[in-house]
Amino acid sequence: MLELRKDIFADERDDNLNEIGKPTQRQDMLGHVTGRTRYYDDHAFEGMLHLKVVRSPHHHARIRSIDTSAADRLPGVRRIIQAADIPVNLNTLLSLIEFGEDDEPTLAEDKVRYIGEPVVAVVADTEVIAMAAVAAVRVDYEVLPHVLDVEEALKPGAVSVNPVYTKNHFVFHDSYDRQKMRFGDVEAGFAQADHVLEARYQMSPIEHAPVEPMGCIAAPETNDRIVVHTSTQALFFSLGTAAKILDMPSNRLHFIGGTVGGGFGGKVDSLTEPLAILACKLTGKPVRYGFNRQEEMQAGPPRGAEVHYIKDGVMNDGRIVARQIRSYFDAGAYTRLSSYAIIKCTGHLPGPYTIPNVKTDVFCVYTNRTPATAMRGFGVTGVDFSLECHMDKMAQLVGMDAIEFRIFNAYRDGDMKAHRREAKNTALVECCQVAAQKAGWPIRDEFQQMSSLHGGGGERAAIPYTRMDQEGIIAGMSAAQAPPSTPIQAPATMAPAIAATVAAPPPAPVVPPVPTVAQPPVATQLPLAATAPQAPQSSQQPPVVAGAPAVPPLSPPAMGQQAAPPSIPTSPSPSMQPASPYTSPAPQTEGSEGSSRPSASPRPGTVRHGSRLAGTRRR
Amino acid sequence: MSKKPLQFTLNGANKAVFVEDGQNLLDVLRREVGDFAPKYGCGQGTCGSCTVLIDGKPHLSCLTLAERSEGASIETASGLADGPDLHPLQDAFMEHFAAQCGYCTSGMLMAAKALLDHTPTPTREEVVEAIAGNVCRCTGYEPIINAILDAAARGRRFSA
Amino acid sequence: MTVTVTTYETATEAAHAIAAGTSTHFLGGGTLIMRALNEGDPSVRSIVMTGDIAMKQIRPAGAGMEIGAAVTMADILGSHDLGFLHSAARAVGGPAIRNMATLGGNLFARSPYGDLATALLALDGVVVLASGGGMREMPLSEFLAGRDGVAKGVVVSVRVSRPATLEAFRFHKVSRVRPKRIAVLTLAAHLPMNSGRITGARIAYGAMAPTPIRVPAVEQALEGASLDEQGIARALAVACEGCAPANDAIASEWYRREVTPVHLKRLLLGQAA
Ligand SMILES: Cc1cc2nc3c(=O)[nH]c(=O)nc-3n(C[C@H](O)[C@H](O)[C@H](O)COP(=O)(O)OP(=O)(O)OC[C@H]3O[C@@H](n4cnc5c(N)ncnc54)[C@H](O)[C@@H]3O)c2cc1C
Ligand code: FES
Ligand code: FES
Repeated sequence: MLELRKDIFADERDDNLNEIGKPTQRQDMLGHVTGRTRYYDDHAFEGMLHLKVVRSPHHHARIRSIDTSAADRLPGVRRIIQAADIPVNLNTLLSLIEFGEDDEPTLAEDKVRYIGEPVVAVVADTEVIAMAAVAAVRVDYEVLPHVLDVEEALKPGAVSVNPVYTKNHFVFHDSYDRQKMRFGDVEAGFAQADHVLEARYQMSPIEHAPVEPMGCIAAPETNDRIVVHTSTQALFFSLGTAAKILDMPSNRLHFIGGTVGGGFGGKVDSLTEPLAILACKLTGKPVRYGFNRQEEMQAGPPRGAEVHYIKDGVMNDGRIVARQIRSYFDAGAYTRLSSYAIIKCTGHLPGPYTIPNVKTDVFCVYTNRTPATAMRGFGVTGVDFSLECHMDKMAQLVGMDAIEFRIFNAYRDGDMKAHRREAKNTALVECCQVAAQKAGWPIRDEFQQMSSLHGGGGERAAIPYTRMDQEGIIAGMSAAQAPPSTPIQAPATMAPAIAATVAAPPPAPVVPPVPTVAQPPVATQLPLAATAPQAPQSSQQPPVVAGAPAVPPLSPPAMGQQAAPPSIPTSPSPSMQPASPYTSPAPQTEGSEGSSRPSASPRPGTVRHGSRLAGTRRR
Repeated sequence: MSKKPLQFTLNGANKAVFVEDGQNLLDVLRREVGDFAPKYGCGQGTCGSCTVLIDGKPHLSCLTLAERSEGASIETASGLADGPDLHPLQDAFMEHFAAQCGYCTSGMLMAAKALLDHTPTPTREEVVEAIAGNVCRCTGYEPIINAILDAAARGRRFSA
Repeated sequence: MTVTVTTYETATEAAHAIAAGTSTHFLGGGTLIMRALNEGDPSVRSIVMTGDIAMKQIRPAGAGMEIGAAVTMADILGSHDLGFLHSAARAVGGPAIRNMATLGGNLFARSPYGDLATALLALDGVVVLASGGGMREMPLSEFLAGRDGVAKGVVVSVRVSRPATLEAFRFHKVSRVRPKRIAVLTLAAHLPMNSGRITGARIAYGAMAPTPIRVPAVEQALEGASLDEQGIARALAVACEGCAPANDAIASEWYRREVTPVHLKRLLLGQAA
């Protein structure tokens, strides 16, 4: 049941709301219960043709030849479409916002790179004939070795999957084999930590399995336009994509959609519209291209597989002092939106916790699996699962209650996040408190009284000395030497947005907005500004990140250099929470950073680990 | 291509169509008759979104050979409401937010109607069993189960 | 390319058509074969049906019952005489599937389907088959073992023995999802008792081999045993003998082997949920 906790943040909110907190009927509900809601397939067109595609039965194969003659001869087959018929066959979804190289064919040209990849499209009078025609197309394949695992794919000598990113990884910001983030000094953090815990987590691909499989109907409209009823979740994104692939002005396309039979992120890839529109243009007839269930499960994009290595350093009192993350996202054979998922993932790291030393490397890897796409919690779900599993293990390691451990390390308002944005409206402390209460999970009073509004900022707002490193830089790579790409053919409506940025190498990290996500992520790549790690003065300047608060240069914080941890106040003042074992009994003053303070007394019953867990735990 | 004549009643109205050999009932209802309430979700019997009542009993129209419906009485979600008056199940689905995308809803409603027509005051277990063949990926089953129980509790007469 | 559908008066005529045709299949309730049609499976070119009344009947036959192949799960659930098969019929699919799925089709359903067939196996099922050469009968176990070869005919009915007592027949389907259950494994047992001892035990498993199977090793181990922990110990030790369970999305072969003795024990001791 929905419950508004008006006691929390009461003074930050206007409670004279007309809608929030009250049930409001969905606008489309009457249509749903009367069966009158019209999804893409609920439109009748006289003389509608059906499009089906021949799909790759192999993970990876060279196409030696394609023989469509038998299919051509079948009565009722109207048209067969191959790669050469498609005006701009190679595309990448995010090219609409200038992110990444065109790397994916609409119909396979020389190779297939995953099971289910479209090779030939047939258009016929009925679905039955179209299926028979698909079965009649002969494709001669030379089966090639394949790779299905992200870590295998990055090994030297691995099979090269993607036609553009031949080293099996996406190239970030024209220069990097990964999306990286550096904050403070993790090695120093590990050296100082009482315990170090490392673990590997992995997630298999997840199919959205919407009850309505994706599809569209494209039909001739008046004035040389084509109307497209589609299941897309991203109407204008799909329109732009179709216009680009078909090299036609977008104002000749009339997309109707938004009524989706379940999407969950899986219906943004615009997989059916370009072919259906092309078939409509070529035949002059309405054309339906709908996935069946088998196609939805096999060729429809899933949430991709992920592997995360997390290494944390934690003090006996429960403070996390260093976190290092190395992650691999399985994009499948082509980029689609995975590059962006990784930016979003990095924007989310190191989780909602204030950690003074953070190092993250996230790779977008190509394998011979079905290309991955967005899904609820895009870029975040897998790593969150991993981080929270790790949090539980760490709480156990230091003998703390799992929820108290989270409250203790949670962002407070005013803290500096690892990607150099100030934490605002954090509220994790309160979420944990309410969750514990609801679950009947007792937490101690001092944790119940903590607040995300207090105890943040100050020391915790500092950007630590951060050493620049060269990891991940692709030698000799620059925008000019980037892999060859098809020139971007901007559809008319896209022109203003795209034209400005084509020629020059991007001056700042690209921040790709994507239609499914309202907020663009924070750019997290450290710029390769002239950094001299040996020159403290210049390297202490906070990296130039758009929107980062201006912080005066600090002397390197104690964290990485001295035995004693900096004081990270977890409560506004000792007087408010005198019982907290995690708060220094001495009054906190401006100058107290780095000063030694009594170590926290362990909780009763706590098992102490005398030595650090240096070993790596792997599954 | 051979076409066979087929007659049945759809929500009480006589229908006569020509069907192709091998064509399923879902396809005939949607493409030949124009009743778009039953949905295609799988064509394999696994999702239940194509559920219709044939002679009062729930059937999966995607797995029903159309020509077998000769003379049958077929009910779909399009026929649930009586003009502007909604069926109690429809009212209850609305009130309990028992639909999000709505794609499963037509099938859910028909599975529920089949239950209530024969078991006007079902137990929760009977409701769960009645929709066991219907998949909903959005809403979660709780609101749907509650809606069906509530419709039953209203104690009205259900048969159309 | 397109499919032809032909309806015949009798099962025998339909069997002739199947024997004479290529890629010709009998249509039962259609819950499996219609998918092949919907997806354009080229191995289904021709469909044969019949309204033969013999295939719809449920009637006593000697000490047992004869059940027509076109009888659906819902028909079984509606038959008082077939009360002993209700738990098995109810275990198949959801309500719509049960209104459509026939007994005949269940004999052909691939593992992990075939729940009803598993129950029929434990009741000494005998298949009455119309084929190109006339009517034949054969034990269900033999039929299942060679079913891909004998499919060139039409199953008219299956005869089963009536369990000695309701208690003597037990059926349990193990699944992960409730109530929409695909089998991890299915167990059926007929355990006639004679002064506290099992005589003529029949044990059948579904999903433990490419078709439902009898488990002779367990049957022999139960012969003369009492239905208690000690009495069944030997049977549990050989619970998976002769099994070749599938590795599928529902369960791994390893898992099926591990849990079989556990569920067999519960079934025999009357503890199955
Ligand atoms: C969603 C779903 C859930 C299911 N759940 C279950 C389950 O829980 N347990 C279970 O056991 N099964 C299950 N099934 C499988 C199937 O529904 C049943 O096995 C059913 O009994 C098959 O019968 P049918 O009449 O529908 O077969 P059909 O599809 O009509 O036929 C199947 C095969 O048997 C042949 N055949 C049918 N009848 C005869 C006959 N009389 N003579 C010769 N050949 C014949 C056909 O030619 C065909 O090859 C499920 C299926 C679906 C789609
Ligand atoms: S479309 Fe019929 S059950 Fe899914
Ligand atoms: S409401 Fe979307 S599948 Fe049920």
